[in-house]
Amino acid sequence: MSVIQSKVADILAGGNLGEVVNDFSLQIASANGSGSQTSNMVLVRALFRMGIPVSGKNLFPSNIQGLPTWYTIRCSHAGYVARQPSAPVVVLMNPETAIKDLAGLESGGVCFYPDDLKIDLSRQDVTYYPMPVKQLTSVPEVPRHLRTYIGNMVYVGVLAQVLKIEMSALEAALDWQFGGRTKLVNANLPTIKAAYEWAAANITKRDQYRVERMNATAGYMLVDGNAAGGLGSVYGGMTVTAWYPITPSTSLADEMSAFASTLRRDPDGKANYAIVQAEDELAAIGMVLGAGWAGARSMTTTSGPGISLMQEFLGFGYYAEIPAVIWDIQRVGPSTGMPTRVSQGDLFACYYASHGDTKHICLLPGSVNECFEFGWRSLDIAEQYQTPVFVLSDLDLGMNQWMTKPFEYPTEPINRGKVLTAEQVEKNGFRRYADIDGDGIAYRTLPGTNHPRASYFTRGSGHDADARYTEEPEKYRGNLERLRRKIELSREHLPAPVVEMTAGAKIGIIGFGSTDPAIIEARDTLTASGVQTSYLRIRALPSAASVVDFVRSHERVYVVEINADGQLRLILQSDMPELAARLRPVCMLDGMPFTAAWIIGQINSQEQK
Amino acid sequence: MATATVAPSKLNLIGLDKSDYKGNPSTLCAGCGHDSISAQIIQVAFELGLKPENVIKLSGIGCSSKSPAYFLNRSHGLNAVHGRMPSVASGAMLANRNLTAIGVSGDGDTGSIGLGQFKHIIRRNVPMVYVIENNGVYGLTKGQFSATSDEGQKLKYYGDNEYPAVDLCMEAIVSGCGFVARSFAGDPKQVRPLLKAAFSFNGTAVLDIISPCVTFNNNPDSNKSYEWVRDHDSPLHDISFVPVREEITVDYEPGETKAVTMHDGAKIVLKKLAGEHDPTDRMAAIMLLERSRTDNVLTTGLIYYNPDRDTVQDSEGMVATALALLPDEKLRPVRSTLEKIVASLC
Ligand SMILES: Cc1ncc(C[n+]2csc(CCOP(=O)(O)OP(=O)(O)O)c2C)c(N)n1
Ligand code: SF4
Ligand SMILES: [Mg+2]
Repeated sequence: MSVIQSKVADILAGGNLGEVVNDFSLQIASANGSGSQTSNMVLVRALFRMGIPVSGKNLFPSNIQGLPTWYTIRCSHAGYVARQPSAPVVVLMNPETAIKDLAGLESGGVCFYPDDLKIDLSRQDVTYYPMPVKQLTSVPEVPRHLRTYIGNMVYVGVLAQVLKIEMSALEAALDWQFGGRTKLVNANLPTIKAAYEWAAANITKRDQYRVERMNATAGYMLVDGNAAGGLGSVYGGMTVTAWYPITPSTSLADEMSAFASTLRRDPDGKANYAIVQAEDELAAIGMVLGAGWAGARSMTTTSGPGISLMQEFLGFGYYAEIPAVIWDIQRVGPSTGMPTRVSQGDLFACYYASHGDTKHICLLPGSVNECFEFGWRSLDIAEQYQTPVFVLSDLDLGMNQWMTKPFEYPTEPINRGKVLTAEQVEKNGFRRYADIDGDGIAYRTLPGTNHPRASYFTRGSGHDADARYTEEPEKYRGNLERLRRKIELSREHLPAPVVEMTAGAKIGIIGFGSTDPAIIEARDTLTASGVQTSYLRIRALPSAASVVDFVRSHERVYVVEINADGQLRLILQSDMPELAARLRPVCMLDGMPFTAAWIIGQINSQEQK
Repeated sequence: MATATVAPSKLNLIGLDKSDYKGNPSTLCAGCGHDSISAQIIQVAFELGLKPENVIKLSGIGCSSKSPAYFLNRSHGLNAVHGRMPSVASGAMLANRNLTAIGVSGDGDTGSIGLGQFKHIIRRNVPMVYVIENNGVYGLTKGQFSATSDEGQKLKYYGDNEYPAVDLCMEAIVSGCGFVARSFAGDPKQVRPLLKAAFSFNGTAVLDIISPCVTFNNNPDSNKSYEWVRDHDSPLHDISFVPVREEITVDYEPGETKAVTMHDGAKIVLKKLAGEHDPTDRMAAIMLLERSRTDNVLTTGLIYYNPDRDTVQDSEGMVATALALLPDEKLRPVRSTLEKIVASLC
C-alpha cells in the first residue's frame, strides 16, 4: 500500500492520522481583484511571525478583475521556499475554477470552501470544511460595499483555527499589512476573529495538517525582490531614473520612488534625484543614456517588451560608452507572452542587445538580498566600465514574498569611474577613447567641465581615440577590440559565482536567479537518494574563469534555467567550446517557477541515458 | 532693421573670440541651408557670450543632425540615434540642470521617426533650444519624402507626395510649447534674434527653420526651396533681441512695437510688419498657422510665446545643484536609515 493509499484508508476508517507539521503548501484560489491579496499576505506574514520558514507566490493572470488567480503559501520547517508541484490544502474562493481546483487536489488533501459554493463534493478521499462566508460578513458591522473584500478574512480566521495559526501572529501581521492604520485593522480583524471562533465551535479537525511555532525566522525579513532592488538603487546613489510601466517591473520603480522620497531629499524638501515616467521604453533608455552621459547615476526598469524597444539605444550606449543600469524583471515572451508569468528568457536579448557586435555586462541576482546588493553595485559597475549594465531579475524573485537576511549596508564606497576634472585635463590633456591604463576603459569628462579642452563629441558612428569621426577600418577595428577587451576584463571583477563543491561528485549543476531555492532542495533530495552533486550559481555575465574550472571538474553539468532554448547553456558553451558537450539542458518554459521535483526528474532521466 | 548692438571689440563679454565658437569644417553639400544655420548659431553664441563649456549640443540622425559637429567645438556634443535626441537631451538636463542645451534635428528626425519624443519633450518643458532644420526631405538617405513635405510636392525619384504635411510649429503649440518660432535659413537677420531669444527662454524653445536641401529639394515649386521661400515669406514682424544688460535703443514709433520680457530680463522687441498678431495669444497663433497654410504663404517670426510653465526640473522638485555633481554623502543615505528600514520589514 502506498503512503497515499494508507492515508486514505486511515481517513475512511476514521483512524488516527500521522500529523504533518510545518511542511506543506496551501493554495488559495480566488478571482483577481476580489481583494484576497491582503488576506494572503496576512497569512504569509503570520506564519513568518510564528518563526516558520515560509514563502508566498502569487500566480496571477494579466487582468485587473475577474480572472482566476492562485496564491500559494509554503511552510517548510526545513527552510525550503521553492514552489511545490501541488498543495494538499486548498481554499476554493473562486467558483469559476472550483471544480478544477478540487479535481486537482491530491488524495488525502483538505478543501476549504464557502458553504454556498455549488459544487459536487462527492470525492471521498479529501477532507471538506465549509465556511459560512456570507453569514459572517452579512452583519451590520461590515459595511455592505466591503462584504466581498472582507469575506476573504473569513478564510483567514477559519484556516487559522484549523491549521493552528496563532491569533496574536495574525494580529501582528494585519497591523503590519495596514502599516499600523487602526481604522483598517479594525475593519478586518473582527471578521477574522468571528471566523476563528466560529471554526472553534463548529469544526472538528479531521485532517493532518497544522503549523506550530518555531524559531527559524528570527533575523530574517519578508520582502520582495523589486522593493529590494529599488531600495538598493536608492543606496547606490541613483540620481536619474526614467521608466515606463510594465508588469512585473513597475513595483521596482514604485518602491524606489517611495524610498527615495523619504531618504533622498534635502531638508527643504528638494529631491536629490529625479524619477520620470517616460512616454515609452525607447524614451526611457534615451533619457537614461543622456543622464549617464551628463554624469548622473542613471537607471531604468523594464521587462522583455521594453528591452526589445531599447535595442538600438543599447548598442549606441555600448559603443559611445555611456554608463546606464537597466533592470529587466523577466516575464514570459516572446512578444506580450504571458505577462504575469515568470521566465528567464531575456539572457540573449540583454547579453547581446542591439545590432552589431555587442556583449553587455549582466548581473544575475539570485535572492532578494542580491537584488538589494546589485541595486547599488550595478551603478558602480556602470560608471566604472562606462557601459550599459543589465540586472536580470524575474517576476518570481521580483514580485513574490521571500524570507531574506537583512540587507547589508553597501560594503564599498561609491565608485564614479574614470572622470577627469578640469585640473586633470589641464595637467594631462584628454583623449576620450585612448586606452591609457591598458584595461580598455578610457577617461571621460562630463559636460560642463570648465576647460576648453574638456569637450568631446559623442557619437555612435566611427570614432578615433580622440572621439573624432572616422571611417578608417583600422581605427574602427581597434576601437571594437578595445571595447571587447574592456568587457572581457570585467569577468573577474563582477559578482563571483557562488560555488558549492561536493568531493567526488561527478554531476555539476549550474543555475542563476530565482531557481536557486528549487536547486537547493533538489540537491538535498538527490543526495538523500545517493546522487552527489556540486552546484555553481552564476551571478554575472561574462562569467568568471571559475565557471570553466567547475565544468572541467565534473563529468556532466546540468544548466537549469527557465527558458525553452537553454540560453545560459548556449552562452557558456560558446565560452568553453572544448567542454560544450558536458553541458546539458534542464530548461523549460511554461510560466511557472521551477519545482525541485521537476529538476530532479530531469537530472535523473538524463543520467539514465 | 534694428538689431541688438554687438560689442565693437573683437572679444565678447566673457573675453572669447568668435573663433572660440567654431566647429569642424562642414561636410554638407555646398549651399545647404543647414550650414547657414550653423553659422548663425556660432554668431549668436558669440554675441550672447555663452560659455561654450557650459553648453551641450545634441542631435539625432540626418544631414541636419550632423551640424553640431560644425559649431561650438568647446562644447560637449552628442549625436544620438534617429529621432531620439529629445530623450537624450531630457536625460542630460535632468542630470545637470545648469547646462545650456541646443538640439539640432531635421524634419524627418523630428516630424517622422521622432514626432513622439518631440511632443513629449515639449510636454515636459525641458529647457533647451530645439532647432529643426526643415528641408521637407530626407537629405541623408537621398531624397525621400518627409513628414513636412507638402502635399503634391514632387521629388526626382519618388514622384508626387500624396499626404498632407505635418506643421511642426502647430504640433509644438498644441503640445504646450511656450516658445514657437519659424524662420528661414536664408534670413540670418531674423534667425539671429530668434535664436538669441530662444537661448533666454526657460523651457523648450522650438525654432522651425526652413533650410533648403540644394541637392534633393530645391526645385522652385517646392515650398522648402530658396526661391519659393523668398517669394512667399511673410515675416510677422521685425525682431530685435535686447539682452538684459542693454537699454532698449531701437527707434520704433510708439504703438507699432510690442516688447516681451523674458525670464532673465532680456526683451524681444517686435515691430509689426504684416497684419495683427499677438504672439501671447495661443488661439491666434493656431489660427495664424492655419491661415498661412490655406493662403500658401510662409509666415515667419515669433509665432507663440508663453513663459508661464514650470520646467521639468521644477516640476520634479529637484535641487538647484546638478544631480551629476552631488557629493557622495547626498547620494547614499547613512547606515542608520537602512537599519530602520530593515527593522520595519522583519
Ligand atoms: C532607425 C533608423 N532608421 C533609418 C535611418 C536612416 N536615416 C538616416 S537620416 C534619415 C532621414 C533624415 O532626414 P531629416 O531628419 O529630414 O534630415 P536631413 O538629412 O534632411 O537634414 C534616415 C531615414 C537611421 N539612421 N536610423
Ligand atoms: S543632401 Fe541636402 S540636406 Fe544633405 S547636405 Fe546636401 S543639401 Fe544639405
Ligand atoms: Mg530633412
